[in-house]
Amino acid sequence: MAWFKRESGELDTSGEKKVRTEGLWVKCEHCRQIIWKKDLEDNFQVCPKCDKHFRIDARARLAQLLDDNQYEIFDSNLVSTDPLKFVDLKAYSSRLKTAQTDTGLKDAIINARGKLNGRPVIVSAMEYSFIGGSMGAVVGEAITRAIEQGIESKAPVIIISASGGARMMEGVISLMQLAKISAALARLDEAKVPYISVLTDPTTGGVTASFAMLGDLNIAEPGALIGFAGPRVIEQTIRQKLPQGFQRSEFLLEHGMLDAVVHRKQLKSYIARALNFMAA
Amino acid sequence: MADATLVVTGADFLLSMVETRWAKRNGSRMESKAQLELEKIEQQVAKLQSLAGQSEETARQIEQLNQRLDALRSQVTGKLTAWQRTELARHPQRPYTLDYVERVFSDWSEIHGDRGFADDPAIVCGMARLQGEEVMVIGHQKARDTKQKVYRNFGMPNPEGYRKALRAMKIAEKFGRPILTFVDTPGAYPGLGAEERGQAEAIARNLREMARLRVPIITTITGEGGSGGALAIAVGDRVLMMENSVYSVISPEGCASIMWRDATKKELAAEALHITAKDLDEMQCIDGIVPEPEGGAHTDHEAAAALLSASLQENLAKLKAVPIAELLASRYNKFRQIAQFFRAE
Ligand SMILES: [Zn+2]
Ligand SMILES: [Zn+2]
Repeated sequence: MAWFKRESGELDTSGEKKVRTEGLWVKCEHCRQIIWKKDLEDNFQVCPKCDKHFRIDARARLAQLLDDNQYEIFDSNLVSTDPLKFVDLKAYSSRLKTAQTDTGLKDAIINARGKLNGRPVIVSAMEYSFIGGSMGAVVGEAITRAIEQGIESKAPVIIISASGGARMMEGVISLMQLAKISAALARLDEAKVPYISVLTDPTTGGVTASFAMLGDLNIAEPGALIGFAGPRVIEQTIRQKLPQGFQRSEFLLEHGMLDAVVHRKQLKSYIARALNFMAA
Repeated sequence: MADATLVVTGADFLLSMVETRWAKRNGSRMESKAQLELEKIEQQVAKLQSLAGQSEETARQIEQLNQRLDALRSQVTGKLTAWQRTELARHPQRPYTLDYVERVFSDWSEIHGDRGFADDPAIVCGMARLQGEEVMVIGHQKARDTKQKVYRNFGMPNPEGYRKALRAMKIAEKFGRPILTFVDTPGAYPGLGAEERGQAEAIARNLREMARLRVPIITTITGEGGSGGALAIAVGDRVLMMENSVYSVISPEGCASIMWRDATKKELAAEALHITAKDLDEMQCIDGIVPEPEGGAHTDHEAAAALLSASLQENLAKLKAVPIAELLASRYNKFRQIAQFFRAE
């Protein structure tokens, strides 16, 4: 861990063995401060020094939003059939297997039923570490089923996005998921069931261009990358550097694309407050 | 973490633009034997036809050569690779929306603007008549000369284009007129202003609203169906693809440069992505294929328009016979059931 040596002063002066301290400290990639892991955990994985929101996985999301970390997972048994038998430098089927082993999930999504401040809700949380949180047929179907559950049970739907967009290895199949989910959201809208879209770092491509932007409220965590096209593609197209903070939550708020940017610590209470307004 | 790059953060349009320009300079490059012979015969025919005072013998020769041409053209188009189809879909002489408007419709009257920011020339909307019947026409618009191409932004809409399209669709809905959309775009424009003004939101809203518009919608992919920028006007009761059009989540070049880390692997990527009309038909992502004249739509705009017109009329007649509640239910079910490639474990 080279950074241990480069960071001067305040740390590692105790003479403690590095092997022992290593696991207890992390460096904030944003402010470059060294943070005690316990502090980070107590602070919802947000840097106590600079408020940088660290990426967290789908399970951590559910734990943070749902009462007593109690929830019932549904539709977790869906698996991609690799419809295009896609092979590039590697076979998609083997990428899937690796991701499944690494995450313990079948695809980049967890659907859960639980309570938020006592109110039954449906939460669909995307898992970024599963092939970049990309959306193929399984993610599309799972989200659609979550929406249908909302319509059936009248429970508010919360979708937490963390995704690079459509999953290329499922080609146009993944594109069709945008239409499918958006159609289901039209029905949810007509049923007057609340839908809260939570955009986290990063939310781009086909996910932004469908359900992530269609919430009754679109709320984002601070500093999240949110956009349609990726920053590099835009830079190549317009042949200039992008301005500071471009496509970050605060930029989108300023340009009228978000209802609010909410600190992770306040996320649950913000949603609870909105649901009080929206649902009886 | 490398996996984070395996997803589509908007298609890689720059590459496809450069490629399109290249192809336009060089013409479509199909190097099969049939293609070479075809080009040779085309030249012969042109030469023979230019001879003054044709003899009966010359006329007979021309007739024979034309027959051979037809055979070769169908051979060529029947056996095209996915990449060659892509080149045909992007062919600079391929008919664009306004070319079809001129030939398929009458009483065209264009409407402009999104009422919020601007008029986007990359999408055209207008009232028109199909065999006397009032319809709303909406389509991407590409162009052929440099000035016009820039004006049309190479057929890549900004958010205003999608918002104008939705506004036009709502007018059609209000007055009970069917909507016909024509898709031909490399994708939604990946620009700074487009992001600022909510490209993603504009596309997303169209997807949701099209799902519940209370009039029949027929979409035809006429050229390039470039990802979300195509889908944003393609949620139809009938989604048709012209024989040599392509429809994809990302351009073959974009896919190649991400997945193979080599943009020249575009042929491989095109094949792997399954983007041709036949591919989408087999995966049941579309409702039908509109045939093109032999050799492709670019060889004969009149014939291509006639084939398209026939298909539109046939489909519209069928849709109009369906009560609106039923139409909405089957549109919903179609997209609900689409692309269900998963299994339960
Ligand atoms: Zn920090
Ligand atoms: Zn700005």
